[in-house]
Amino acid sequence: MGNDLRKKRPAVPRTPMLERRPEERVKDFGEVPLGYSPEEVKLEAVRCLGCKNKPCKSGCPVGIDCAGFVKRVSEGDFTGAIKLVKEKNILPAVTGRVCPQTEQCEGSCILGKKGDPLGIGFIERFVADWEREHGEVLPDKAPATSRSVGVVGSGPSGLTVAADMILLGHEVTIYEALHEAGGVLIYGIPEFRLPKDIVAAQINSLRRLGVVIKVNQVIGSTLTIDELLTIHDVVFIGVGAGAPAFMGISGENLIGVFSANEYLTRSNLMRAYRFPEWDTPMNPGKRVAVIGGGNVAMDAARTALRLGAEEVSIIYRRSREEMPARAEEIRHAGEEGIVMRLLKAPRQILADSSGHVAGIELLDMVLADADASGRRRPIPKEGTEHILEADTVIVAIGGHPNPTIARTTPGLDVDSRGYLVVDRQTMATSKARVYAGGDIAGWGANVIKAMGDGRIAAGAMQELLTR
Amino acid sequence: MTEIIDKIALASDVFLMRLKEPLIAAKRRAGQFVILRLSEKGERIPLTIVDSDPNIGTITIVFQVVGKTTSLLSSMKVGDHITDVVGPLGRPTEIEEFGSVVIIGGGIGIAVAYPIAKAMKQSGNTVISILGARSANLLILEQEVRAVADEVIVTTDDGSLGVKGFVTDSLKRLLDSRKIDLVVAIGPVPMMKAVSEMTRPYSVKTIVSLNPIMVDGTGMCGACRVMVEGRIKFACVDGPEFNGHDVDFKDLAMRLTAYRELEKTALAMYRGRH
Ligand SMILES: Cc1cc2nc3c(=O)[nH]c(=O)nc-3n(C[C@H](O)[C@H](O)[C@H](O)COP(=O)(O)OP(=O)(O)OC[C@H]3O[C@@H](n4cnc5c(N)ncnc54)[C@H](O)[C@@H]3O)c2cc1C
Ligand SMILES: Cc1cc2nc3c(=O)[nH]c(=O)nc-3n(C[C@H](O)[C@H](O)[C@H](O)COP(=O)(O)OP(=O)(O)OC[C@H]3O[C@@H](n4cnc5c(N)ncnc54)[C@H](O)[C@@H]3O)c2cc1C
Ligand code: SF4
Ligand code: SF4
Ligand code: FES
Repeated sequence: MGNDLRKKRPAVPRTPMLERRPEERVKDFGEVPLGYSPEEVKLEAVRCLGCKNKPCKSGCPVGIDCAGFVKRVSEGDFTGAIKLVKEKNILPAVTGRVCPQTEQCEGSCILGKKGDPLGIGFIERFVADWEREHGEVLPDKAPATSRSVGVVGSGPSGLTVAADMILLGHEVTIYEALHEAGGVLIYGIPEFRLPKDIVAAQINSLRRLGVVIKVNQVIGSTLTIDELLTIHDVVFIGVGAGAPAFMGISGENLIGVFSANEYLTRSNLMRAYRFPEWDTPMNPGKRVAVIGGGNVAMDAARTALRLGAEEVSIIYRRSREEMPARAEEIRHAGEEGIVMRLLKAPRQILADSSGHVAGIELLDMVLADADASGRRRPIPKEGTEHILEADTVIVAIGGHPNPTIARTTPGLDVDSRGYLVVDRQTMATSKARVYAGGDIAGWGANVIKAMGDGRIAAGAMQELLTR
Repeated sequence: MTEIIDKIALASDVFLMRLKEPLIAAKRRAGQFVILRLSEKGERIPLTIVDSDPNIGTITIVFQVVGKTTSLLSSMKVGDHITDVVGPLGRPTEIEEFGSVVIIGGGIGIAVAYPIAKAMKQSGNTVISILGARSANLLILEQEVRAVADEVIVTTDDGSLGVKGFVTDSLKRLLDSRKIDLVVAIGPVPMMKAVSEMTRPYSVKTIVSLNPIMVDGTGMCGACRVMVEGRIKFACVDGPEFNGHDVDFKDLAMRLTAYRELEKTALAMYRGRH
């Protein structure tokens, strides 16, 4: 059967992954795509051409041998496949779900030239889920070294450093400011896109390997980096860039205006959607306007819908082509009835008499020709002001670094925007024995890139420790 | 998990607790706070660190029962454990030798004012403290403040103790009668606003400590944003203390009402069960 399929190769469409119907899924926080069956995953895997020069591998920021693991899947060797993936990526169940595949591995896939690229993310997700359900393949741990590693922040970059260093036999302690480990994977990305169990399972397996996780520790305050350097031989900083940006327009402090971080944190980390059973309150809103076009905006909008909003809009100042969100999220949001108001920018937020949001004034935009950065710049069309009624506005226009660590760590260089300066070859900071990576090191904010940084840092730290 | 070492009722619905938190006790400075969460499903609430004893590793908090979380905390006993305590958060008070410093605490704000008075005195300032309460039985920490201040003026709204009237009346008399180098005011928003308005024509620098609603307390959510000099500041990392002459108090008062109805629901349900 494989041979028949191969002859007709380019014409064979991607094996679809079953998804819950939009009308049904917006009523709860359950996951949307349901995963492949073993038959479906093999059907998809055999579409791979096994290209010699492996463009898919170059498309993946951490260089996963996609063709290699996909071939094992097509042969039914799921254990072999997951082993190969995990050589490069400790969180495949996460990346399979949240990587921007269309710009990375799948964006480089040859099959995509004539039809659908191979569903690499779907296959990766399948093998990772299969492993979790069939007993984890725990890697071997090197003998204990009595060297000690401190990791600040428990997002994907920190978790990667912790995993690599514990397997090399070192002692590892993670310090996390919040009361739960996982970083954005816990407080940011919602359950319907990344079930919390998956992140928890990964964190538990790190604990089983011996990683100590200390929550409620704000480094720079509870303990400083200099103090960590007296306890540990090396320190990795992976604190993300979580300080939310605001637009600086009038009305931004009205009741009903949230940063996406606050909205998502109340819902995800504090489970406000279960108020009053859980204590943290939230007014999710009935008519919600979300500003931004990235994953964060999609997550906030779809969360609002699930919290009972009647009308949710996404307001984005460029067109759909420029939206930085994953293609799948934009599609899901559209299917769920979220209105995309494109080429519009907010001018001000309007209040009712009691200081609550009553609406938002928008201005139409046109796109100028691409500038030096290759991005088309939006310019306002004067005289096009109009009002969108809303009771809730969620600002999802990105973030910047939190200053707490830089302020309290002499000798740690930051750039003009507050990101830590690192040597890209080693992820070493300007301070001896201190490394950094992920969003705080300011290079393309995404999960797999943060993990890639962690991997590089772990390699360089190992070299330092064994020198 | 953090153990409650000590619990004392200071006034009706106001309690003092000492908590075992050696790391925080060693680090905290005047003006800083902790965030605590009482249980797995609990809310995160900010409370000022009123005092600490680094030798035995304890911090002191003083809280007023206003809603569900503070009610629950007031029902906990010595030996019980609090699920999460994180800190010290916020920027410490800038303590220098200013000269004559007036430190005003209104209501529960006295708990926040006391550590500042103590630190100011230790750095060689002359400390005059004005403590305001609605009525004598609601006045807290008077003896503690007396132990560190050079002079203490007590005012009550109903005249049941000290001078009858508002703290601003006493402040005005001080401003008119001697040279004051710094005023620190902590209490309800209208009080901090009134104090800031009063000192403005005298050009006396005035520090206030703001209490917006907080979630994480680490600078990640922006819930605690306040307008200072027309710009957004996050009270948990840029504050909680700001120059009162630059603060938009109207904005702060409005934002504090955001969850009023839901807070009432939570408290009513809690009381219904207890
Ligand atoms: C809503 C949302 C949706 C996203 N969707 C996607 C997606 O679909 N695909 C994708 O690839 N990427 C996505 N991203 C981006 C991605 O999550 C981040 O790029 C990635 O998590 C960065 O990892 P990190 O290791 O730098 O740390 P983070 O995940 O940012 O975690 C940092 C951790 O450090 C802790 N911390 C901060 N300061 C301190 C301190 N002083 N002391 C101790 N701990 C501290 C924080 O509490 C946090 O837990 C999304 C981001 C958000 C917010
Ligand atoms: C930096 C800072 C230091 C503080 N220090 C003290 C202190 O030392 N002693 C003390 O008694 N109180 C202090 N507070 C206020 C205290 O945090 C609130 O009283 C507490 O969160 C109320 O929780 P609740 O669940 O009992 O009441 P809720 O039902 O949540 O609220 C009751 C009332 O308290 C206000 N409130 C609610 N949540 C917060 C919040 N997160 N922050 C501020 N106000 C809130 C609301 O406006 C509401 O009217 C401080 C607040 C801040 C920001
Ligand atoms: S980690 Fe992401 S980019 Fe790399 S192969 Fe997996 S899904 Fe593709
Ligand atoms: S580019 Fe596509 S078809 Fe070619 S090997 Fe990679 S995944 Fe397979
Ligand atoms: S409480 Fe979240 S940023 Fe200050």
